[in-house]
Amino acid sequence: MEATVAYAKAEAENLMATELRLGLPGTADDDQTQTTKATTPPSTPRGKKRTTTFDAVEETTVAEEANNNKRDVEAAPPVAKAQVVGWPPVRSYRKSCFQQASSKQSKATKEEAATPASNTTTSTTAANGSFVKVSMDGAPYLRKVDLRMYKGYRELREALEAMFVSSNNGSANLSEFAVTYEDKDGDLMLVGDVPFEMFASTCKKLRIMKRSEATGLGSARQ
Amino acid sequence: MTYFPEEVVEHIFSFLPSHSDRNTVSLVCKVWFPKLRVLTVKGKPHFADFNLVPPDWGGYAAPWIEAAARGCVGLEELRMKRMVVSDEGLELLARSFPRFKALVLISCEGFSTEGLADIASHCKFLRELDLQENDVEDRGPRWLSCFPDSCTSLVSLNFACIKGEVDSASLERLVAKSPNLRSLRLNRAVSVDTLSKILMHTPNLEDLGTGNLTDEFQTESYLRLTNALEKCKMLKSLSGFWDASPVCVPFIYPLCHQLTGLNLSYTPTLDYSDLTRMISRCVKLQRLWVLDCISDKGLQVVASSCKDLQELRVFPSDFYVAGYSAVTEEGLVAISSGCPKLSSLLYFCHQMTNDALITIAKNCPNFIRFRLCILEPRKPDAMTNQPLDEGFGAIVRECKGLRRLSISGLLTDKVFMYIGKYAKHLEMLSIAFAGDSDDGMMHVLNGCKNLRKLEIRDSPFGDGALLGNVAKYETMRSLWMSSCNVTLKGCEILASKMPMLNVEIMNELDGSSEMEENPGDFSKVEKLYVYRTTAGARGDAPNFVKIL
Repeated sequence: MEATVAYAKAEAENLMATELRLGLPGTADDDQTQTTKATTPPSTPRGKKRTTTFDAVEETTVAEEANNNKRDVEAAPPVAKAQVVGWPPVRSYRKSCFQQASSKQSKATKEEAATPASNTTTSTTAANGSFVKVSMDGAPYLRKVDLRMYKGYRELREALEAMFVSSNNGSANLSEFAVTYEDKDGDLMLVGDVPFEMFASTCKKLRIMKRSEATGLGSARQ
Repeated sequence: MTYFPEEVVEHIFSFLPSHSDRNTVSLVCKVWFPKLRVLTVKGKPHFADFNLVPPDWGGYAAPWIEAAARGCVGLEELRMKRMVVSDEGLELLARSFPRFKALVLISCEGFSTEGLADIASHCKFLRELDLQENDVEDRGPRWLSCFPDSCTSLVSLNFACIKGEVDSASLERLVAKSPNLRSLRLNRAVSVDTLSKILMHTPNLEDLGTGNLTDEFQTESYLRLTNALEKCKMLKSLSGFWDASPVCVPFIYPLCHQLTGLNLSYTPTLDYSDLTRMISRCVKLQRLWVLDCISDKGLQVVASSCKDLQELRVFPSDFYVAGYSAVTEEGLVAISSGCPKLSSLLYFCHQMTNDALITIAKNCPNFIRFRLCILEPRKPDAMTNQPLDEGFGAIVRECKGLRRLSISGLLTDKVFMYIGKYAKHLEMLSIAFAGDSDDGMMHVLNGCKNLRKLEIRDSPFGDGALLGNVAKYETMRSLWMSSCNVTLKGCEILASKMPMLNVEIMNELDGSSEMEENPGDFSKVEKLYVYRTTAGARGDAPNFVKIL
């Protein structure tokens, strides 16, 4: 019995992504790879002829992000890149809707630089574990951010300010608050001490607390 | 038939006990054709949904529309599925049938919003325009403005699959002058504000597909939407939720208690907690479509909240075969124990066990449709590493009314023995990466008395099985086999034995034409599609299709 297997053209470029690295998970190289993937969403061409190769590429590209990000969060062994044609049995329409979601998110990434107030929580498909909850003392409800979307602490801070401060009736800015996070071990840590990529891979939850409560966490670099 | 007086023809037809058979006969009866009011046509094989049928295979709507335009101008409803429809065809449709009322297109392609403009412009009594999951080329929002002021008859409008922008003002005007609107499904481009305004005009709405519910909500938007939704006392079915932000969830709460249908399967932005907060309030829910991010825990919440659940579909949010899913066999077991009325299931997951399937079968003997897709082909029982024969065997044994079955995971010929033995009402069977030998397929052909559609991919069934019960195919609507072991020779033999069948073979166009060079060889056929015909081979087959 043989399964029909189709290898997407993109696979050659992505072989690197399957390598186990000696470096820390979520290194700068991976960030770039992920950003590149996010900004080149496969679009659904007009009146398209749906060839199997094309769909294998679509499937791979969406799955790439999933695979890259899972690898950052859990040190899982690389999985085979082979895609089976027409499998899983999911309608093209459904797949193309999810790719539209993907391209919306990459648009959001681009717009973020221009308009800090823009939405950054529109998500793609796949990968659990990259969205973390963000709570702020005094705010009635929590938000969620996708840490993959930010290149560094400054972008993250700007996004948090846009999310919480503007809706908080304009009370000051984030400098009155300490941004803390809960790491893999359940400890409450101050954001900013470790390289951003390391933080992103260990952060489980974000909490924005009043500075007065943040005693004992030392002088914050914020 | 034209030789007999009408009374004799009707007398003959009265011996047909089945409603659907009488309908079918009426389509080929020349006397009755001019009086046709409702026409339903399905084109490509089911596996075309998953891109297994090459483009340009066929399924063209134009000949049907042209024939109807010539012969039955009283046509009122046209329903088409998996057909290729052109703008010219839609224009002809719009101009040819003065009493035309309803157009339903499902999984079709080949047309654009300009074709819709013609429908809107010329069908004066249009009641229903229902576009489900079609691939529509976007040529601008003009079409929605084409409904004339005199058109007030709309009952159902579904344009969720239209990719482009719509003009909000036109949409509001259209809804405002359609007092009979019961079902409205918007597309992704429609904003929250527009939705709120529209809902003020639709107190009788029963089915709503929202536009986008993104995070650009401001508090006033939320409140306006809730107020508008609260006016829709008849609203029972909700879908859309495009790009929905979790923040919108509480604003749907007032509706939840009255919902019988909920489709959240296009919304990867809502996670387990968002979904369960909503669904736990939907105590009357009968139909639920979700993504697997609901997780097993979430399915337990569904099981304890939705006691009337009849149909559940859990779709993958990650299409990657070896990826991750938050649902397993446990979620399905929980559902089966909490929702005994469950009769229709589509479930994508990464693992399953025989024990779970046996439990599920005992808990829910009322399954009519049971479709399980384990994403990794040939994956065995997650606990015992055994094939899943016993589990699926239990399903067919306990669920005596089963009409549709899709199997997956590691399966031997034994599962087909069970299916042939017990699945006496089975009408449609989908097989992928399963079985050991021709015996498997033979069990099914010999045992399943009511089988109508059999579709098989990547399974080791060859000419022996294909030719083992050729008379069976005359009682079936179609047989699909791809990436199996049937050869050109076997297909030729089938075609010669059964002249009333079209035996279509398709080989991928890869530059080589091995099949032409060695006719009658034992070269394997990549794709085979067999169906009954009264008219011989079709004339519109492309050159990669050979009809034997």
